[in-house]
Amino acid sequence: MSRFKTKKGKGSPAINTSSLPDIIFMLLFFFMVTTVMREVSLKVKLKLPQATEVQKLEKKSLVSYIYIGPPVKSNLYGTNSRIQLNDTFANVDDIQEFVAKEREDRDEADKKFITTSLKVDGITKMGIVTDVKQELRKAGALKINYSTRKGRDKK
Amino acid sequence: MAKRAAPEINAGSMADIAFLLLIFFLVTTTMDVDTGITRKLPPPVENNDEDIDVKDRNVLKVLINSHDRLLIDGKPGDVSQLKQIAIDFMSIHPGDESYPEFEPRMIEELGLERDMSKGIISLKNDRGTSYDMYITVQNELASAFNQMKDELSQQLFGLKYAQLIDQKKIKGINKALPVRISEAEPEDIGGN
Repeated sequence: MSRFKTKKGKGSPAINTSSLPDIIFMLLFFFMVTTVMREVSLKVKLKLPQATEVQKLEKKSLVSYIYIGPPVKSNLYGTNSRIQLNDTFANVDDIQEFVAKEREDRDEADKKFITTSLKVDGITKMGIVTDVKQELRKAGALKINYSTRKGRDKK
Repeated sequence: MAKRAAPEINAGSMADIAFLLLIFFLVTTTMDVDTGITRKLPPPVENNDEDIDVKDRNVLKVLINSHDRLLIDGKPGDVSQLKQIAIDFMSIHPGDESYPEFEPRMIEELGLERDMSKGIISLKNDRGTSYDMYITVQNELASAFNQMKDELSQQLFGLKYAQLIDQKKIKGINKALPVRISEAEPEDIGGN
């Protein structure tokens, strides 16, 4: 009796894994479609300030980014906040050119919907931000977005 | 000649290859949603000498100095008070000379006439102000306007502003309560 039982318990049937690749492929396609590759490598430290009244930035393809913050390699570039456009450090004078270039990359119909997202580190002084804003005004990029993290409901 | 059966391809490693690709995309995916405070910059002024005259009672001056301290309409203030002051300032106060002027205007989208305040909140900061403080102030002001929109929306439609779906209603409320924040032309006062 007992011999009969042990024999039956041992032989657990193998799980059919032939559909495993299909499942994995499904996941793979999902991630492939949703992935947005990082376009730039950050050269400045960014600790965005927090705000509660935030809006979502829609249509990422119509957003151009300007990064301002203290350089990551502070021993090389110092601790003063710098402007980063695309992959390099830039000066305030370069912004108009940058805006013109960003505009050229977009379709004619989309040009007026371009938003400039300012990703600025919290400890940055307003002086440099004001300069950037003035340049953006001159370049005609009037729609801006102060990038912030959502949070902090201090009440 | 005997017909050879086509050898079956071993698909056992297919899952591994797929896994490898999956892990690559998992790692490279960034799912963060960009959020922020959207503002519109004024177009550049051609003539700097041309000052637009605004009556003193119509302006709420908010100044931030380089030590991140606030001056609200000439009095030192705290960020926590700013929202209430802004709401109070932008609300209609009939017969009170110390509050901004207002005039009735027809808003077609809402189909009603409403008193529109002529008040402007003027925000001015020093070059040495920290960005953190600036965003905090912008946030407080935005939250003041959002609260007023919520109240108006609640009063007219019984819904919060964010819950409105009808584009016409949203447009109407935006028209009735425009975000009137003006940022002063930067001045070089000197000394950072």
